[in-house]
Amino acid sequence: MSDAGTSPFRVAIVGAGPSGFYAAERLLGSALPMRVDLLERLPVPYGLVRYGVAPDHPKLKQVTVVFDRIAAMPGFRFVGGLELGPDVSVDDLLASYHAVILATGAPLGRHMGIPGEDLPGSHLASDFVGWYNGHPDQKNRLFDLSGERAVIVGQGNVSLDIARILLKSVDELRRTDIAAHALEALAHSRVREVHIVGRRGPADIRFSPKELHEIAQLPSCEALVDAADIHTESFALPAGTDAEKAAAIAMLERLACVGAAREQHKRCVFRFHLEPQGIEGAASVERIRFGRPSGWAAEPESVGIECGLVFSSIGRRSCSLEGVPYDDGRGTHANLHGRVVDGGRLVSGLYVCGWSKRGPQGTIGTNRACSHETAAAVLADLPALAHRTLAAEHPLLGIIGPTHRAGKYIDFQDWARINAAEIARGARLGKPREKFVSLEHLYAAAREELPC
Amino acid sequence: MAYVVTDLCTGCRYTECVTVCPVTCFHMDERMTYIDPENCIDCGGCATACPVGAIQASFLLPADKAPWIEINRLRSAETPVIAERLPPLPTAEARRTELGL
Repeated sequence: MSDAGTSPFRVAIVGAGPSGFYAAERLLGSALPMRVDLLERLPVPYGLVRYGVAPDHPKLKQVTVVFDRIAAMPGFRFVGGLELGPDVSVDDLLASYHAVILATGAPLGRHMGIPGEDLPGSHLASDFVGWYNGHPDQKNRLFDLSGERAVIVGQGNVSLDIARILLKSVDELRRTDIAAHALEALAHSRVREVHIVGRRGPADIRFSPKELHEIAQLPSCEALVDAADIHTESFALPAGTDAEKAAAIAMLERLACVGAAREQHKRCVFRFHLEPQGIEGAASVERIRFGRPSGWAAEPESVGIECGLVFSSIGRRSCSLEGVPYDDGRGTHANLHGRVVDGGRLVSGLYVCGWSKRGPQGTIGTNRACSHETAAAVLADLPALAHRTLAAEHPLLGIIGPTHRAGKYIDFQDWARINAAEIARGARLGKPREKFVSLEHLYAAAREELPC
Repeated sequence: MAYVVTDLCTGCRYTECVTVCPVTCFHMDERMTYIDPENCIDCGGCATACPVGAIQASFLLPADKAPWIEINRLRSAETPVIAERLPPLPTAEARRTELGL
């Protein structure tokens, strides 16, 4: 422990997305002597700010300025390219740090669980998002954009992101940081109609009004609500509806009233009360079939939508980690307010924050409050945890070796070189950045072995 | 655009908004909070976090609240940043009840 308060407390945070950074911010802002290692499996930081936020939302990405300020706080260290599992175990970390915070997010997309979901042309929303954002894991994905209609099941902001990327012209995307391979594929896209489908009615949407407003304002696209899916009560506000949601529902009601003008070449159609039953097609997706929920009509009704692409955008869950209890119901690491629990028992020294604590909901800043709560728990527990003798004098060095700069581990200066190279590449194309999409190129850029 | 704190905040100052702001762009005086439109990144987290619905996207503001866009700009430049939650004003609960929330 910190003898007479001289040697610092050591905390490892796994995952360099927003929640990981905010946990580091709270820990390093405390009065306790503190060293924080932020560990990340990719050689780049920022998580879903880099790989989730849509390329046409550059303002949201300005939050990285805040993360860079956190990275500059004394006691902070970034270790990119270190993967929990292959490189280091949770037990290794618990032996080397007084406390370990898992900020591993919710990387696994949820399937609908219907027949035909394995047909070519049926995808998880998260794979498409990763692809257009240049995530190394999705760079080789192929999306057949030769059909005119795509269906997205799920009514949250991710569905609107995907719809915008599919419906905007390439000229509208060309000056964003969209991955080059996605821009190239979208240039040949024939998609001109996107249906965004929900099981329930407008009162159950997860869209934010700002994002709905954005899609309704697209210059070459018409947004509408299919009249067959609504009735007189559809837009009634449930008791306790907050102002944001009421605004979003009111926007959909306006779209329903406007009706189909068919003035625009492209259309975004909001569909409701449709329960996915199966995806059909001989060799690839040809249509998706829905049923109406019970009580919708006197007779059961089957609704088919002809399409070449289907995206499941119904949520995400956390990856189960060896040695960490999992909460199946919530799809997160089992925890109580950020302290990992096994049954009813606390797991000493192990914590969780962000989406792997509370599930995939909220905006970027929701993670700040969430991570600060977890970090406050760590700070409260540290004096007791610090009585433990740690395995290594220098955390991680025993695990990853002292010569990491020659190997696969990336520090924040390395990232600064990748960042500068990407920005320079982008500048020549009029883009804010052109991401390196392969791990090989990211590492080469970190070592300045790539011509920009 | 940016998000805007309106006069509905006056007398409550719950500051839930401050805890979810990813870029600490909230400022405050003794009456209410203000958003710095230059630093706001339009994430919208504060709008859903506010217990009294005092924060809205600027494009959603009704005409009678439109002056608050400029008031937020001016007052955020003159008042200190607030980065952590504060106790609500003593009048907060009474006001929330009055608003029917």
